[in-house]
Amino acid sequence: MAETESPVPSTPARSDRSPWNWLLVIPIVVPLLTPLFNHDSPRLWGFPAFYWLQFLFILVGVATTSVVYRMTRR
Amino acid sequence: MSDHITEIIVFSFLFLLVSAIGFVAARWRAPKDMAHLDEWGLGGRSFGGWITWFLVGGDLYTAYTFVAVPALIFGAGAAGFFAVPYTVIIYPLFFLILIRLWSVSHRHGFVTPADFVRTRFDSPTLALLVAITGIVATMPYIALQLVGIEAVLKTMGVTGDSMLARHAPIIIAFAILAAYTYQSGLRAPALIAFVKDTLIYIVIIVAVIYLPYKLGGWGDIFAAADKKFQGTPAPNDGILLNANNQIQYITLALGSALALFLYPHSITGVLASKNRNVIKRNMSALPAYSFLLGLIALLGYMAISAGIKPLPGAKEGTLDSNTVVPLLFDQKFPSWFAGVAFAAIGIGALVPAAIMSIAAANLFTRNIYKEYLKRDATHAQEAQVSKIASLVVKVGAVAFIVFLDPQFSIDLQLIGGVIILQTAPAVAIGLYTRWLHRGALITGWAAGMGLALWMLWQIPNAVTKRAHFGGSAFPLSEFGFDTKKTIYVGFVAVAVNLIVAVLATFFLRTMKTPEGVDGTTPDDYFADEGDPRIEKTPTTVDTVSST
Repeated sequence: MAETESPVPSTPARSDRSPWNWLLVIPIVVPLLTPLFNHDSPRLWGFPAFYWLQFLFILVGVATTSVVYRMTRR
Repeated sequence: MSDHITEIIVFSFLFLLVSAIGFVAARWRAPKDMAHLDEWGLGGRSFGGWITWFLVGGDLYTAYTFVAVPALIFGAGAAGFFAVPYTVIIYPLFFLILIRLWSVSHRHGFVTPADFVRTRFDSPTLALLVAITGIVATMPYIALQLVGIEAVLKTMGVTGDSMLARHAPIIIAFAILAAYTYQSGLRAPALIAFVKDTLIYIVIIVAVIYLPYKLGGWGDIFAAADKKFQGTPAPNDGILLNANNQIQYITLALGSALALFLYPHSITGVLASKNRNVIKRNMSALPAYSFLLGLIALLGYMAISAGIKPLPGAKEGTLDSNTVVPLLFDQKFPSWFAGVAFAAIGIGALVPAAIMSIAAANLFTRNIYKEYLKRDATHAQEAQVSKIASLVVKVGAVAFIVFLDPQFSIDLQLIGGVIILQTAPAVAIGLYTRWLHRGALITGWAAGMGLALWMLWQIPNAVTKRAHFGGSAFPLSEFGFDTKKTIYVGFVAVAVNLIVAVLATFFLRTMKTPEGVDGTTPDDYFADEGDPRIEKTPTTVDTVSST
């Protein structure tokens, strides 16, 4: 009866399944793809790409978990 | 010693301050009845967002990490930066997997991962293996926190030459820690974590702004590091990875992330939070510590740039690379601020040491004492046994450091990370499916353990010139591949563990070996705050014996 907020059809039993969860694959897989970031250039404030890109992945992790949390909140 | 007097005063003052906080913590959010393992061992399962953030942050990012990661960067360069991807990967894994453990534990009153395995797979033996693996993996980790404090004390020059003088400050520090953990349980590290992390954040923010300014900027720092690595004969160092250590980097980051979330102390931190949303929100907030860790790691390069020479190690002719960061602070900061920095590291050792000893004590109480020694133990008895066990664990950790070469603890911690991974099929996969047979999980565990220990035994260390347990990077050439590439031992071992478990499951199914009764229902894995607790019923024993 109550209107559902999520685009996912609600199931009778509780579940943590959600298509949004797939977003979490990004922060698990991307930091492991070394060919992607194992470079010296471009440098940022003197940091080789290897370092500042991996710092950037931390922000990617924060962004994705925040989005998934918001979208899957009951 | 006299030239460090300001540092020693600041350090001692802050150390005594947190000790006082540790004792007061027993009255913080005081429960009606402390004589219950939920209260002493899990802080009443009531921690909200902020407390959980400080507690889990203080728990996962230990003093040893703060000292050893930059030391690794100092020695090997880019390979040591694995700590950053490792602490990025871990949070989505917590988010997806560990949250289920929180729910099912909330519902059934589980205190340890072995409690869950016991009920899920109806196998006290498997639970015992998980508990023992957890205790064995945690013990050296506690000892390593002492290595972190020792690096600071050594730099301040307060460690004498005789065995007693060398260890007296650590013994005193741990005695105080043991006393307030005994009294306040998990509330003590939770409250101290506020002080510890505030200090760490201040120190590191100052360090990453002030030190590059003194050292000529980040460009110069990386250039100095590059020059050092170019000049060394070691093939696998450098400010970037090379063709041979990338697989190691990837598997080490992934393997360490999986191991970290299976460690009993991380699970204790998570189970202490009050609901699912607290955990989920924290998974977005905890990476702030990963950022901090990345900056701390780079202190290793700053130490190179500043021309730091590590202090001599315990044995003649060795260097204690763990002293590079304390030395960097000592030489570049005004002495009062160096004192604050040292206190941050010292206190940083106490929080995880307290949580780890509580986690190990809970494993002993729930999965050995209650399971095998006194089945009808009351809640008060459980809490009492756990308190005493936490003391024993700490005495053991101090004994490790005092009587054995600290290198031994480092080796054991390395082994610890690898063996704790072997509980992944039972604990992590068990949260999703019960398809793997309990007997198969035991077989897989044994196979993974055996292989892991054999592989670690095969690895020599060129720097310390030892033939065995020299690291976790296993040369693939040992498996007959014609390559110089290396891989993380734990990763191979857990893969084999899983394959054996799957094959054995097929076999045991064919043989129609009994699988036991699952004590959980699918809905338990989504339970949240407010859902009723299932009072523990010792169903399995009676039902199994009557069939």
